[in-house]
Amino acid sequence: MNILPGRGSRLLLALLPFVLIALIYVTQSAQRRAENPNDKLLPPVSEMVDAVKRVAFEPDRRSGEYVLWTDTAASLQRLALGLGIATLIGLTFGLAIGVLPFVSTTLAPLVGVLSMIPPMAVLPILFIVFGLGELSKVVLIIFGVAPCLVRDLAHAAGNLPHEQLVKAQTLGASTWQIAIRVVLPQIMPRLIESVRLMIGPAFLFLISAEAIAADVGLGYRIFLLRRYLAMDVILPYVAWITLLAFIMDWVLAKLARHYFSFAYTVERR
Amino acid sequence: MSTLALRDVWVEYGDQIVLERLNLEIASGSFVSLVGPSGAGKSTVLRMVLGQERPTRGTILLDGADMPGEPGPDRGVVFQRYSVFPHLTVLRNVLLGFEFRGSPLLTRLFGAKRRAAVAKSEELIEAVGLSAHRDKYPSALSGGMQQRLAIAQALAMQPKVLLLDEPFGALDPGTRTQMHALIKPLWKTHGMTVLMVTHDIKEAFALGTRLIALDKPRIDPQAPGRYGAVITYDLDLTRTGPVPVMGFSKPLSRAEDADMSKGAQS
Repeated sequence: MNILPGRGSRLLLALLPFVLIALIYVTQSAQRRAENPNDKLLPPVSEMVDAVKRVAFEPDRRSGEYVLWTDTAASLQRLALGLGIATLIGLTFGLAIGVLPFVSTTLAPLVGVLSMIPPMAVLPILFIVFGLGELSKVVLIIFGVAPCLVRDLAHAAGNLPHEQLVKAQTLGASTWQIAIRVVLPQIMPRLIESVRLMIGPAFLFLISAEAIAADVGLGYRIFLLRRYLAMDVILPYVAWITLLAFIMDWVLAKLARHYFSFAYTVERR
Repeated sequence: MSTLALRDVWVEYGDQIVLERLNLEIASGSFVSLVGPSGAGKSTVLRMVLGQERPTRGTILLDGADMPGEPGPDRGVVFQRYSVFPHLTVLRNVLLGFEFRGSPLLTRLFGAKRRAAVAKSEELIEAVGLSAHRDKYPSALSGGMQQRLAIAQALAMQPKVLLLDEPFGALDPGTRTQMHALIKPLWKTHGMTVLMVTHDIKEAFALGTRLIALDKPRIDPQAPGRYGAVITYDLDLTRTGPVPVMGFSKPLSRAEDADMSKGAQS
């Protein structure tokens, strides 16, 4: 417990599990291939590289599109729209509920109930109401993410010390001014942290919706290829989705620390 | 300037009486220390003057007019903690008050207005001795510096009344003495009325021009909430005569002495 890893060994230790998993994969893949040359379950790395080359850098024979990039663009557009709108809803409603007791008494119970509805259960309703196009997928992400954000931000805003709000009033601030100058900047770091945590669920909703009804998208592709047991494409796709999520998370973490450094003073020490 | 008056103020929470028959006239420019045991309603008095709480009965007057029911810029406040905004640097903390007043919608000042506000803020920061730290966040300041910042912030609004709620309670003795040396000249130059709640009797005597003690004179063991706190001592600390003892400023006469000894015997 008191023995701390040094700088160099820290990196080494962090990489160790990854290297181990890769090693196990490669040996297992080779073993299965040796037993059955047609094995599709654990394709060797060389086949996966070929598959990636095929989907990323060669136009599709039927549609003439570069499949990986059109899938990525379609999925990211849905995700960005969904997460973006959910963030806006979360911020405005969370702020209003956190600052104004009247809004809080009116809306907080509703949001509490909404956030308990499993979003996947309303997906059929969304498909019926909004059709099978882009809208229903975006709405599913919003439905799954926004209530949690609203609740979290309302909580963060309500948790600010009451002294601060009184102090601001003695400095002549109106409710609006307190909302935008005292409460908003202080809940922004929390907003970014919450959005980071919601990237996972957002991807879950996106891929589920795409799996059920879509004609393009990362989720659509892996569920389509499942029928052909095309692990050589599915595995790189999963790795790619993970990388995308990881980059988003990292960028948000950096943004929060850059623009709201006051919230991370303890971390820096 | 600004006189503060409490007329027959009662505060009750349910059937618990916290304060009763509170009558107080505070002259403009005085520094009133409010002492008393925990639960005697010192902070309640402060919150009422601040507008955070309403008396159950009675009226509070500021310059003869009814006190508004919510906190406003005519009454500044420094709390024991959480008085400064952690997301703003020292300069911006002080600047915020000017921005609230000068720009109702955006709460941002530009050009000459901003320069004037910055100059005024820097003056105040200088007055509380924080010039070297103007671009630091409050989390990088010590407890004493944070309280100094809170004072500078409150002074920016030039309030009629400054309310201090155990402002130095969380500070070490050395820093507390420094803060005493800081607050007294500031109070004199700004000429506002100060109402300070404190647990530190020494502090109450050292700073105040008047000391008010609140306590419960009667306690009914069957109904502890039946009787509230009243003003038990009201001492004028500016007089130069003999030190008042137990609230009596002149020696007891023979007759009163005899009365008291008789009372003790029976």
